[in-house]
Amino acid sequence: MAFLSVRSLIKRFDGLTALNSFSLDVEEGEIVGIIGPNGSGKTTFFNVLSGMYQADGGEVLFNNHPVNLLKLKTHQIIGLGIARTFQNQRPFNNLSVLENLMIGGHCRTRAGLFSALLRLPGACKERRQLKAHARKVMALFGDRLRSVEMNPAWTLSYANRRRLEIARALTSDGKLLLIDEPTAGMNPAESLQLAQTIQAINKRGMAVLVIEHDMNFIKKLCPRVIALDYGQKIAEGSYDEIRNHPKVIEAYLGRD
Amino acid sequence: MKLENPKNENNLDDLAGGSQAGLQKQKQSPLVRMAGLVALSQWYVKLLIVLVCLIIPWVVASNYAMRVIIYIGLYIVLALGLNVVMGYTGLLNIGHAAFYAVGAYSTAILMVKFGMSFWLTIPVGMFFGVLLGIVLGFPTLRVRDDYLAIVTLGFGQIVYIVANNWMGLTRGPRGIPGIPAPRIGFADWQIVLESYPAYYYLILFFIFVAIYACVQIMDSRVGLAWMAIREDEDVAAVMGINLVYYKTMAFGFSAALGALAGSFFAVFQSFVSPNSFTILESVIIITIPILGGLGSIPGTIIGAIIMIGGPEIFRAASEYRMVIMGAFMVIMMIVRPQGLFGKKLYQPTYKM
Repeated sequence: MAFLSVRSLIKRFDGLTALNSFSLDVEEGEIVGIIGPNGSGKTTFFNVLSGMYQADGGEVLFNNHPVNLLKLKTHQIIGLGIARTFQNQRPFNNLSVLENLMIGGHCRTRAGLFSALLRLPGACKERRQLKAHARKVMALFGDRLRSVEMNPAWTLSYANRRRLEIARALTSDGKLLLIDEPTAGMNPAESLQLAQTIQAINKRGMAVLVIEHDMNFIKKLCPRVIALDYGQKIAEGSYDEIRNHPKVIEAYLGRD
Repeated sequence: MKLENPKNENNLDDLAGGSQAGLQKQKQSPLVRMAGLVALSQWYVKLLIVLVCLIIPWVVASNYAMRVIIYIGLYIVLALGLNVVMGYTGLLNIGHAAFYAVGAYSTAILMVKFGMSFWLTIPVGMFFGVLLGIVLGFPTLRVRDDYLAIVTLGFGQIVYIVANNWMGLTRGPRGIPGIPAPRIGFADWQIVLESYPAYYYLILFFIFVAIYACVQIMDSRVGLAWMAIREDEDVAAVMGINLVYYKTMAFGFSAALGALAGSFFAVFQSFVSPNSFTILESVIIITIPILGGLGSIPGTIIGAIIMIGGPEIFRAASEYRMVIMGAFMVIMMIVRPQGLFGKKLYQPTYKM
């Protein structure tokens, strides 16, 4: 069975069917690009997968866990190994970069109220390890995050906030990373750098699902691309296959 | 000649974007450095504050002033508890007096009717407070913002009305008089804490316990989870934070401190009645952390001194002193909405 297996996923918003029997398989360590016009259901798919939306039907199996992901609570999903970023940048604005990353590692740690109040050695050790781990993740982005680790997230530049979101998701030590439009608002040099970072993350053994509108970015990064329209998969294949697929051209440009 | 100069490359790289903040160490002005010397984080500043707190009863002669100071201390503990829910977790609670009432009534009833020791009634009161906090925590998980405020408001009213009407347990509006003073000691050797300095040291001890608990919890996994919920609930849930669990825990923690203050209030006043736990009480407790700066412990303490000490200073102005306090609050919220010690927080322009 595939690493991530999505079976006929359905999500409706009143009359609108945002995901119409959507299926997808992702293998371990793969990078898959998801493209599609605005409103085609890409972000809805991420929201359902990460538990923010309740699905109306379908099944999601992940990494040989015997449970249907759609039956889990939102906070349980990251523990299984699925972490995500948000399209409309949602870092914890008033917390420092380091704290943001440490919250990303929440599911890796166990300390509770009393061990925190009494400063039990276990909790202190766990906290030190988490800090060290967060700094290691920051190092993936060179000095960009390291140099501002004590600054509140809202003071960061647009691109740095995107990096912060990816870093926060990585701190959870997941096995699948969902990245929603990472290059929005970045210049070409920055997107190139980001593509390299995502490749580096992927080399560490993480599968990546990435939603993106920048086709150059997709071309560089994703061996396999999936095109969505009206909540359905309209095409799947390599970038070149997708680019010339008649249904994709129709979805973006319309019929003659 | 080397073609690639790493430093130049770095500069080019920086041109490509990314925040430069923090890359260069800013030169600190001497004023900033001087301020650092008297910062709260310096151990001698802390020691000085503790010493000043300890000698207050030796310097302040009047009983009236001591009484006001003890009340300030009481409200510091209450406000620190509320600060956990409002300042850290970002949940508005207009019913904090309910926890205060539960602590006070637990101590009053257990001491008067069952002759229990004051020290034993504290954990019992805290237990009931936490229980109530959990009961309140559950329904509040379903509501946010303004709706949450209404739920907690109603909750505070429920406790007030129960205290006012359950004649068998609380004696209703007649209240419970004759709560004995707490004692320390074994068998023959007994000290009764009934002087103002004794009560002062007792509340000082409670304040230190409350500050210690707040500081420790904030610098921990639980504190981070609370702040994540304050910043963005949905993202916090996606990051693996169990909203039900942590919100309930915040209410429970806050309730424990509220009940602790209530227990003290019962023995200090030696009389409890529902009139001490009206909605006005909740409102006064709320204004303290807001005035001082939400999420700030020194701010909460200064806020309590102003809110409780202020009206006493203006007592000469009799009826008008509340007008002065009100005007002060209005000016305060316009000039410094984040509170005296609050950090200027980023406010999202919209919320998804």
